[in-house]
Amino acid sequence: MLFTGLGAFKMEATSVPPDSAAVHADDPRRKVLEQALKRCQYRPDALIEVLHVAQETYGFLGDELLAYIAARLKLPESQVFSVATFYHAFKLRPKGEHTCIVCTGTACYVKGAGDIVRHLESAYGIQAGQTTVDGRLSLGTARCLGTCSLAPLLMVDSTVLGKETVAGVAEHVEAVLTGSHGKGESPA
Amino acid sequence: MNRQDLHERAGQLRQQQREFPCRVLVCCSSPCLAAGAGEVRAALEAEASRHAGVTIEVIATGCLGPCSRGPLVTVQRPGDDDAIYERVSPELARSILAGHLGQTPSAEHRLPADFPFLQRQTRIVLENCGRIDPENLDHYLAADGYAGLARALTDFTPEEVCEAVVQSGLRGRGGGGYPTGLKWQLLRKAAGTRKFVVANGDEGDPGAYMDRALMESDPHRIIEGMTIAGYATGASQGYVYVRGEYPLAAKRMQKAIRDAERAGLLGMRVLDSPFAFRIDVRLGAGAFVCGEETALLASIMGRRGQPVPRPPYPAEHGLWGEPTVINNVETFGNIPAILRNGPQQLAALGSGKSRGTKIFALCGEVVENGLIEVPMGMTLREIVYDIGGGLPGGTAFKAAQTGGPSGGCIPAQHLDAAMDYESLQELGSIMGSGGLIIMSEKTCMVDVARFFMDFCVDESCGKCSPCRAGTVQMYRFLDRISNGSASERGLARLEETCQLLKETSLCGLGATAPNPVLSTLRYFRDEYLAHIREHRCPAGVCRMTEVPVTHLADELMHRIAAGRLDGEAF
Repeated sequence: MLFTGLGAFKMEATSVPPDSAAVHADDPRRKVLEQALKRCQYRPDALIEVLHVAQETYGFLGDELLAYIAARLKLPESQVFSVATFYHAFKLRPKGEHTCIVCTGTACYVKGAGDIVRHLESAYGIQAGQTTVDGRLSLGTARCLGTCSLAPLLMVDSTVLGKETVAGVAEHVEAVLTGSHGKGESPA
Repeated sequence: MNRQDLHERAGQLRQQQREFPCRVLVCCSSPCLAAGAGEVRAALEAEASRHAGVTIEVIATGCLGPCSRGPLVTVQRPGDDDAIYERVSPELARSILAGHLGQTPSAEHRLPADFPFLQRQTRIVLENCGRIDPENLDHYLAADGYAGLARALTDFTPEEVCEAVVQSGLRGRGGGGYPTGLKWQLLRKAAGTRKFVVANGDEGDPGAYMDRALMESDPHRIIEGMTIAGYATGASQGYVYVRGEYPLAAKRMQKAIRDAERAGLLGMRVLDSPFAFRIDVRLGAGAFVCGEETALLASIMGRRGQPVPRPPYPAEHGLWGEPTVINNVETFGNIPAILRNGPQQLAALGSGKSRGTKIFALCGEVVENGLIEVPMGMTLREIVYDIGGGLPGGTAFKAAQTGGPSGGCIPAQHLDAAMDYESLQELGSIMGSGGLIIMSEKTCMVDVARFFMDFCVDESCGKCSPCRAGTVQMYRFLDRISNGSASERGLARLEETCQLLKETSLCGLGATAPNPVLSTLRYFRDEYLAHIREHRCPAGVCRMTEVPVTHLADELMHRIAAGRLDGEAF
């Protein structure tokens, strides 16, 4: 059962490919999720752990996935949904093929992270927190990645770039987007 | 394993370490890894395996401290001082190793022995950071690990452990500064069959990363501290709440817990005593408000991290309604040393009511960025200029920001202020978890206040209206000041709102959210006035593209006139 009556949130989910985070019995990803559920003995207080695992395996938390977790942990769907929306780490929409997270902690901010964000926003026509229309790049900001000595810093996919400049960032992001064009199409 | 076994094992391990003709420690914390420590380590390991005759130990350690100089490599040889090398490349690493094996240690990229960044520190909590492999229990044991726990379990009663912590003068390192010993005594006396110990590793302050470094570099120290707390307070279950953005810290803590359980240092019979203690890791999911203790408890129980009114305090009514003690990760890091070396060591350091040391994450516009541990009461000038090496290019110091979004700024006229709980409070800032961000003349203080308010708007949990609506109001005022459309009346309203939030918010997040505004207003009011009255930003950061509503008519006339005169419209 989906979140009936929460039309606004359903709209959000309809913009995503319908099956990408659906829970199928023969999906190997479900096995990972089941293991995590078993590891925490289906205790309702392990909800955050389970959501972490679910997001790691499925990429994002779709409606059906949340409903499934709620059923397994014997929690009301509303509570699972409220927890998933409360914490910044949980994403209810799929991420882009590449992610670029700019740290906007104080040290990075003092050293000009704002300019980097503004530049990327205008270069790709999206706001921080959004994904480009073609699904190639998600731009995000983080409140401190805890590596302040390398300020300003950002993470492109899983590479940490420290002591960056606006020009250097633009170049690197562009290289990632173009360079891995073929790679992105093969299944990971 | 009992106390005797532990002691013997530590002796054996130390003997083994001494037998290595050469030990190479590669700092593999996130800053150094980002600077290329992974390749350096691989190069060193390949090189070490080529020298068949000599056994060389290559160790990946946690954070050593001077993070802006990474990757860092330390070479230890018996009978010699440690040689620390900065900005090491794989080629340089090979030549360093060859130099040390050939008895001609290279001096290239070597940090001087009297490098003030390291020399001026007093490392107690960080003593093992950058010296041991965090994923290897043996390394921690060799460094006298778990000796404090062994001493507590065999020589002390739980009351005496609490008493020792009281005597040491240790206060909460998360910023509040509540005496840790008293907190423990409260829990000890609380009625309840199940009690909990919680380590708060939800280090949300932007600019602070001491808890991450500690959990990643010396996880067993936290476990030892928590186990001692469990013994002292009568708790049998501990939780480490790790910030969601720190997956490596969570992984290392989990591994350390497993290793400790296997070695009999945690579990049903800790060190063969009847005391039982378990620790679980809980991962946060990116909510700053979870640093507040009641919100943190809610999050551990898998709920939305929203605070509840206090009292009842967690010491009476915490996790699942049972008595719970919550301390910062750094506070637990102090405990093993108190039990092992006696409370006098900590009590002898510091100033006034602030005893012991504090770890700061020194960053921003300062030459030496990194983690430092200094005795409380050291002046800001010593930290910035002696340890930090001053500001790059000799630019003038403008302010230091402590305590993140709950703290304030310390201006240049207070450079000689002592860094302890009371002095910082007097200056309108707080100790906070220890972020210390240095700002130069290039930084606009209005913009800084706006930055922190933006953070609070994002992070407000939305439960109480003063914080939910007030932070947005304050952000709008500040935004208006920095875009040039504010009036002096707006400034007065801003100050009123600050007061309102302080007095009426439910939890610490809302009550301290106005601090960055109040403290910049206190010391840099002329900058605010320059924005409002003179319509300019002294630091040249704010764009000032708008005009106040009251000036709109005039501005329009100006533009029309200008358009007529130049023949082109704006």
